[in-house]
Amino acid sequence: MKPPLFDYVRAETVDEAVAARAAHEYSAVLAGGQSLLPTLNFRLARPDALIDIGRIKALQGTAIDGDEIVIRAMARQREVEYDEAIFAANPLIRETLGNVAHAVIRNRGTVVGSIAHADASAELPALLLATGGAVIARGPKGERRIEANAFFKFHMTTSLAADEIAVAVCIPRLPPGTGYAFLEFARRHGDYALAGVCALLTMGAGGRVASARLAACGIGSRAVRLVAAEAALNGQKPDAASFAAAAKAARDAVTASDDRQASIAFRKHLLEHIVGRALGMAHGRAGKPFAS
Amino acid sequence: MATRGFGAPVQRTNDSRLLTGGGHYVDDIPLAGALHVAFVRSPFARARIKRIDVSAARAHSGVAAVYTADDLGALDVEMPLLIPHPCLIGPRTQRPLARGDVHHVGQTVAMVVAVDRYVAEDAARLIEVDYEPLPVELDLEKAIKSDAPLVHGDVKNNIAAHFVQTSGDPDGAFARATHFTKIRVRVERSTAAPMECRAVAARYDTVSGELTVWDGTQAPISVRGGLASLFGLDEDKVRVIAPDVGGGFGQKVLLFYPDEILVPFAAMRLGRPVKFIEDRSENFIGSTQERTQIHEIELAATKDGDVLALRDSFLHDTGAYIPYGIAIAQVASTSIAGPYRVPNIWVEFKAVYTPTVPVTPYRGCGRPHACFAIERAMDQLADELGLDRFEVRRRNLIAPAQFPYTRQGLLFADGLAVTYDSGEYAKALELIAKEIDVAAFRQEQATALKAGRYLGLGLAFYVEGTGLGPYEGGHVKVHPITGKVYVNTGLSGQGQGHETVFAQIVADQLGVDPNDVIVVEGDTGVFDWGVATFASRAAVVSGNAIHKAALKARAIVLEAASNMLEAAIDDLELVDGKVRVKGTDRGATLAEVATATNPLRYAFNKAAQSATQFAPAARHDGPQLGEGRAPGIEATDYYAPPHATWAYGVHAAIVEVDPGLCSIKFHRYLCVHDCGNMINPAIVEGQVMGGVAQGVGGAFYERVEYDVDGNPRNANFMDFLVPYATEVPRVEMHHMETPSPLNPLGVKGVGEAGCIAVGQVLASALDDALKPFGVAPFREVPLSPNAIFEAIEAAKGRRP
Repeated sequence: MKPPLFDYVRAETVDEAVAARAAHEYSAVLAGGQSLLPTLNFRLARPDALIDIGRIKALQGTAIDGDEIVIRAMARQREVEYDEAIFAANPLIRETLGNVAHAVIRNRGTVVGSIAHADASAELPALLLATGGAVIARGPKGERRIEANAFFKFHMTTSLAADEIAVAVCIPRLPPGTGYAFLEFARRHGDYALAGVCALLTMGAGGRVASARLAACGIGSRAVRLVAAEAALNGQKPDAASFAAAAKAARDAVTASDDRQASIAFRKHLLEHIVGRALGMAHGRAGKPFAS
Repeated sequence: MATRGFGAPVQRTNDSRLLTGGGHYVDDIPLAGALHVAFVRSPFARARIKRIDVSAARAHSGVAAVYTADDLGALDVEMPLLIPHPCLIGPRTQRPLARGDVHHVGQTVAMVVAVDRYVAEDAARLIEVDYEPLPVELDLEKAIKSDAPLVHGDVKNNIAAHFVQTSGDPDGAFARATHFTKIRVRVERSTAAPMECRAVAARYDTVSGELTVWDGTQAPISVRGGLASLFGLDEDKVRVIAPDVGGGFGQKVLLFYPDEILVPFAAMRLGRPVKFIEDRSENFIGSTQERTQIHEIELAATKDGDVLALRDSFLHDTGAYIPYGIAIAQVASTSIAGPYRVPNIWVEFKAVYTPTVPVTPYRGCGRPHACFAIERAMDQLADELGLDRFEVRRRNLIAPAQFPYTRQGLLFADGLAVTYDSGEYAKALELIAKEIDVAAFRQEQATALKAGRYLGLGLAFYVEGTGLGPYEGGHVKVHPITGKVYVNTGLSGQGQGHETVFAQIVADQLGVDPNDVIVVEGDTGVFDWGVATFASRAAVVSGNAIHKAALKARAIVLEAASNMLEAAIDDLELVDGKVRVKGTDRGATLAEVATATNPLRYAFNKAAQSATQFAPAARHDGPQLGEGRAPGIEATDYYAPPHATWAYGVHAAIVEVDPGLCSIKFHRYLCVHDCGNMINPAIVEGQVMGGVAQGVGGAFYERVEYDVDGNPRNANFMDFLVPYATEVPRVEMHHMETPSPLNPLGVKGVGEAGCIAVGQVLASALDDALKPFGVAPFREVPLSPNAIFEAIEAAKGRRP
């Protein structure tokens, strides 16, 4: 478990990092290193260069820019989790981050890194999908914005080009009164979820659901929107019957095959169950001020 | 300061050192210019090696040597069969490097020695091996059929051993019985997963001809003997040191692993120190594992639930080799009747080769399997007879007056008839029933069920044969300058707290603070008589040996002090590091007594003046050291137990099952535990807690998985689920102390206790919790959310 030889480039600016990425055929970007370093030690990845972006000042921290929360590439998960302004703007972020691995991992791991890594079982890609966020990528041709629904292609595969670096993610502010919940089930505290779900409920006129947004992780080859479940809710009264119908509709989103922890049948059962519970939680919070 | 040694919850003397990074593990031993090892390991479960090309690796910059079986000379032989037994059929052990065939994924095929581990791994990838894959059968029950592919071509039906033992008259009792309960249970494969993987370093001194080996082993003396004989060296020229070792759990008692031979071999060949630090991936495929057994157990009882006889037949997976003999299966088969009288027993097992990592004892060593089988059967017997689960046990427990309780015909792992030495079984069961308050729980359970919550009570009783022979030694010496007490024994510790409990034993006899007793173990350069750490035996066997040596040392102190102080021995007491005349302030420090008993010519310090030949106290008519006398305060003694001593305990838990998530939550976990006299209750609790944690792993999380081709599927800590602290319940612990009559200290072993019962506790709790669904009893561990889901679904499917 020792990595093969690689070049190490410590970039001082984003331009330097982008240039280094262009200069190497197969480079990897080192931010928090919580997924990359084990991958190297297992020799599952053999990049010819690691581009360390940890010292780049422009990639540190977070900002709230109008209706968007901007989380830059070096913002640690723990830093985002504890940020009160971010919580006030979108409390689902803190709730989701609380389920990401363990505190010591979140101390070093970055939000952008986890999203760019795009593990199919990871929580943060589902968060980005559910909230309708985007990834900001920087490459030799400049900067572009990739919407969440166009970003995640497959397990650990994104639409980021080989010469691009994810420099930030943007997550929309939640309108006040939005009901929200993140719920997952993992074998052990802090593990990747066997199934996890982000739920957002916006109530409309007549006490009916104006808009439901649901995204899940751990159930297929990438994080996915639960569109059938959303459709089953939109325009409905938020009650046990509509939640149960939505939860049932979510089952077909499971595309993962049997694995060592869960059969397809169990995963469908789990997803149905946690969608139902997450909707209940989200509904309970709808129309109320965000409070921790 | 008044000190109490034996029985006091003395804080572990090594903890601050270990917890602040002051430990010295094999990888911390500074060896200037050391070379590092990486292995090429088989990617196939069964294959024939057609060709190995090491030329590119040998030419790689930084590589000192590359070895295959062809380069090993006399070492290219099967490694020792450690525990021979007549029932073994064609026992097979591994060669240091494969020759011809490979028998499991991970088997060592070639070894690279290079300037560092990075280069060694790079070069290992340059070695080309052509394999011709061979068919495999991973299923234990299919593997013994006559058409199954063979793990070893010359071992028919893959059966490595077949053994039957009988106690009493089982056939007669079965004929007499009026109720029969038969079940089939399965325990899956796990691994010890020590925090520190295995490690070996070696240095050969060409001037002195001495080979020094640092080995993270549980058996340094045995490793020393083996290396001396393999290399044709005098034993005195080989020193094996087990420095700080980060957990063993049995995995490190096996000798030899290939690296334990090849690292010293390379160090001697190359004339430079060589180091092998096993990584986690290698530990999963190269270091031994344990657990898979399939039992078919049948109880023959009366309608009152009196179990007259049992029959148990099981398959034991021994992996690709059987270097440790039948130890695990033998312990399982002889522990099968648990704490119950069951006067008539028939047990049979077959040890089966599978093309997987070899199996040797892992904490529990057959006991968890036996406990799971008998306790699941007792639960079923209770259900069938309409008896309460506590009651069916109560009716069968061995009574205090029945000890010693011998099962003639069942030979335990020490080759002697199973004889339980002491216990208060019924009292332990009543204690746990009272602590749970079963009646109150049943009410709570009913109330919870109305609210849609599912609570269950789990219960398990176990026995644990501990403290096996043959023997260990103890050496006690009082240092004349400091008065500190040095204690040695031959076995080695892996974090258990030996240094604390051995110090407590000696502190009592010599009247010193346990912190002034310095224990050094696991170094053949210091003490080299003894065996190893296994079978919960250190406190029993080394503990009593050290106790006996301390008594001798005490006698020397008293006799010398009696002369010095001109007082009768009966008037002396040893307290606060001094010998005192009782009721006076007259006395001498232990250092002074030690100095005075060592006649000196040179007064190298002030205290030594009293021991030189012209000092008044030393004046003597005869020779300065009397005939037959040894200088100083020093004593050695040995302890050999007559047979195993049997600890026991009862565990219970209240578990909530969430049928939506199919998850479990421990509301309470209780343990009543009896390991005889406790030397240190805090360490006993630590051992039990750690065992429960490992047991929770085996009950709900840990399963080493192979696919149908014999490839490991979860050989890493992401996929092999060791429970975190967050998954392990707080344990409410209750101690009982029924002394063992077999040894002077009255102690029994505790190392394995905690892990034995947990599988049964969880399975029985889930049975109880999910009764409203009508689920069938759980018969396999580890359980899992998926297993809970399937059980509930199956029950739904059965409903009309």
